[in-house]
Amino acid sequence: MTFGWLRILLTLAALAFAPGAAFAQSADLPAMVNALGDGSFSDREQVINALVATGDEHVPAILQALADGELYARKSDQKVLIGKKSGSQIALTDPLDGSDLGSVASGDLDKVKTNNGLRGKIRTAIGAMTLLIPNRAMRLSAAQSVLKNADPEMLPLLDQAVADETDPEIKETMELARAVMVLKSDTSVEEKRAAVDLIASKGDRDAQTVLVNQLETAPEDLKPLIQTGIDSIGRSLAVWDVGQNLLYGISQSSVLLLAAIGLAITFGVMGVINMAHGEMVMLGAYVTFVVQELLRNFAPGLIDYSLAFAVPAAFLFTGLVGIGIERGIIRWLYGRPLETLLATWGLSLILQQAVRSIFGPTNKMVSPPSWMTGAFDLGGLTITWNRLWIVVFAMAVFLVLQIVLNRTALGLQMRAVTQNRRMASAMGIRTPFVDAMTFGLGSGIAGMAGVALSQIDNVSPNLGQGYIIDSFMVVVFGGVGNLWGTLIGALTLGVSNKVLEPVTGAVLGKIIILVLIILFIQRRPRGLFALKGRAIEQ
Amino acid sequence: MNNFGAKSALLAAAMAGGLAMTAVVPAMAADDTIKVGVLHSLSGTMAISETTLKDTMLFLIDEQNKKGGLLGKQLEAVVVDPASDWPLFAEKARELISVDGVAAVFGCWTSSSRKSVLPVFKELNSILFYPVQYEGEESEKNVIYTGAAPNQQAIPAVDYLMSEDGGSVKRWVLEATDYVYPRTTNKILEQYLLDKGVAAEDIKINYTPFGFSDWQTEVAAIKDFGSAGKKTAVVSTINGDANVPFYKELSNQGISAEDIPVVAFSVGEEELAGMDTTNLVGHLAAWNYFQSVDTPENAAFIADWHKFIGDDTRTTNDPMEAAYIGFNLWVKAVEAAGTTDTDAVLKALVGLKVPNLTGGTAELLPNHHLTKPVLIGEIQDDGQFDVVWQTEAEVPGDAWSDVLPEDKGIEADWTDPLTGCGHLDTATNTCGAAPAS
Repeated sequence: MTFGWLRILLTLAALAFAPGAAFAQSADLPAMVNALGDGSFSDREQVINALVATGDEHVPAILQALADGELYARKSDQKVLIGKKSGSQIALTDPLDGSDLGSVASGDLDKVKTNNGLRGKIRTAIGAMTLLIPNRAMRLSAAQSVLKNADPEMLPLLDQAVADETDPEIKETMELARAVMVLKSDTSVEEKRAAVDLIASKGDRDAQTVLVNQLETAPEDLKPLIQTGIDSIGRSLAVWDVGQNLLYGISQSSVLLLAAIGLAITFGVMGVINMAHGEMVMLGAYVTFVVQELLRNFAPGLIDYSLAFAVPAAFLFTGLVGIGIERGIIRWLYGRPLETLLATWGLSLILQQAVRSIFGPTNKMVSPPSWMTGAFDLGGLTITWNRLWIVVFAMAVFLVLQIVLNRTALGLQMRAVTQNRRMASAMGIRTPFVDAMTFGLGSGIAGMAGVALSQIDNVSPNLGQGYIIDSFMVVVFGGVGNLWGTLIGALTLGVSNKVLEPVTGAVLGKIIILVLIILFIQRRPRGLFALKGRAIEQ
Repeated sequence: MNNFGAKSALLAAAMAGGLAMTAVVPAMAADDTIKVGVLHSLSGTMAISETTLKDTMLFLIDEQNKKGGLLGKQLEAVVVDPASDWPLFAEKARELISVDGVAAVFGCWTSSSRKSVLPVFKELNSILFYPVQYEGEESEKNVIYTGAAPNQQAIPAVDYLMSEDGGSVKRWVLEATDYVYPRTTNKILEQYLLDKGVAAEDIKINYTPFGFSDWQTEVAAIKDFGSAGKKTAVVSTINGDANVPFYKELSNQGISAEDIPVVAFSVGEEELAGMDTTNLVGHLAAWNYFQSVDTPENAAFIADWHKFIGDDTRTTNDPMEAAYIGFNLWVKAVEAAGTTDTDAVLKALVGLKVPNLTGGTAELLPNHHLTKPVLIGEIQDDGQFDVVWQTEAEVPGDAWSDVLPEDKGIEADWTDPLTGCGHLDTATNTCGAAPAS
């Protein structure tokens, strides 16, 4: 890649000092832009290089449109234009003067295609061209893309950028990019030594990659230093990896906990083997989908808060379905576990097929809110936002449930009925009502779990099936009838699964866990925390 | 869906007709329809993929009937639901062939279901059109494979990634679901990569169970493997349900296609419909067809499909094209043979050519596989694929992979269905039984 970096530097420096200065368009610019429309990917790369070399102020926007797939060639005259999709129509603007050219059907245009390689090059080029502009966010992303594809030819540009930079975060990125370039260039060993130190002090995986890449081509007397850098990064990464695995384990535990906690109520407290529990989770996920569709159509401004609406909606809807199931089916089957198992299993098939008939068999898209996408780094740990929020949500659900069970009248009645149904009844508690409420509560919580799972899993009729076995495992392992047991059970299974996974692989890991649980249940048939006392329903 | 009302009415009509004509013809022949079996799961785990193919078959049969049917008769679809249950597939296949008397069956998705129905089709001598890309290592008299063999999907995809356009990939992660298709495909791919000079330590194979949903460790391991300084790519044979959480994790952990591209063999337009693809732009899929292919045949197909299904947002995908080709092949073969008799149709099928939807021609080879173009597409933010590379000509499907030493020189030839052979050793010219798989 030979961009005219120096020339860009000069034009951009001028731009930075005299914003709004108008540039005389080079005469062949429109022709160059139109040339983007045909030829192979390598032809297109040539044109991009030429465009960059003009240093024209319109070029970054044109390249950005190209990288975003918003550049089209009009079939009638092969003119290349920027287009924004709106339905089946595409609204066109002229790439050079920005004038509105109206909307046309997408069939009248050919998209100017890019591939991964081309997009990477465009990003670097845009990075170089926007390294000196006043907008902070754009400058940061420019610095990051320059770092990604550090080209030693850009050193003078970087020197200037580092000198001008006042924002510490951007400056750090730029200095890092500069260090990588220094390593790649043929400057003095002394300067390279400083660069290696700088990169090694960054200490993350990217830094390690950079050093590994440079090890082969580095001068002999630099190699030991680079090797030391790689080793020290490797050691600290190994420590962080342990923490990372624990985090993954906690994250998986939170998912297990969410899926199992509703079951801990219906199975654990009421003793009902509810095979349709997974379907309650699935219904919750579909409620999320419906809420999101409604918001999209009637209140697009609230779409980022769709989950806040979905959680209560899912709780109420699946709770009501649960009450319906209890009143309609399960109450006739108390004390007959085998029949309950068969009936609820049949019910789960009915619910799955009902959802399949209404919504179709394919996955539904639940788009994540912006505050749940992406990840952030904490030391050497990478934490994804959606997993973090699910952990928080699981803890919140657990706490609220504890409060409901231990501090409210309904909770008191539930515990009373569970411990001694006849005595509770004799004390004037409407046991059928409490049964229905308890089952509704368990189902409602499963629905809320569905809202969370819609963020990480398929929203399809099969969603629940994947969780039913795990949920039973957690509840049985933790000890039937004990919420704390469910929490500890979920944590144990989740963390041990994630600790085993890197060593044994996912398939073998899962088998080992299953075998261990079987052995454990052999020793302690009533789980980790068995309920003590005389449970009348035994 | 099983049209009992119409069927009994028809039977009554046939019997009445038979009686009126003083029983000159047996009741069977008085049927003025040709029955076509549709054997796709409409419930259970596979319904997510197979329901669309059932709709496609109904659509194709409807179109054919509008054109006047076949051999002067109307076609009638007999739809059964094997419910994603492999033994049930065999039962339902038997029911279709011996009770309903269908002329041919279009169906199956997973290799397990295909293996389950194989003995039934052999015993009752009927034809199965199988529309899904699969692991190869099979060629049967009674099966027409209209999906891709490994050399029509996996190998060209790897070639593309090795090329300069694809990023000159040097290091490979084969990420897969643990069952027969990924296992066999990975066996072939690993051998192919080793043959191409990729070092063994630059290949990492990882299997996960069906329906796997917690990809944190795996994605982090991919990131780790990709940080060794060589350009790394992931070849994914992850199956159906597990894909959405895999891609969600990829996008959340910030693995962009420019750093580590993922090329998938089981992810198409249908699977992407359930995902927000903004952060997945540039990840790849290898197929023989994409909805975005710009040909008049494809535009017409999509328009007719939307009209039939009554929903403009329904996508089309590769297995649908395979079903389309398979159905047209069968129609043409029946017309050529003048009968729906299995052996006559099988004889007419080999060598037949029909247009595909990407502007080329699909020819049925003697090994019961097709010639297909191979297309590499990059995911776009609207859930469609942009084709970034395609083979210049159609690639003939290879039933027994030439990459595996044990299959080298093995061919299949069904030019004559009665004396053909599915596992012919060209070195010794003997027809051996296929090794048990």
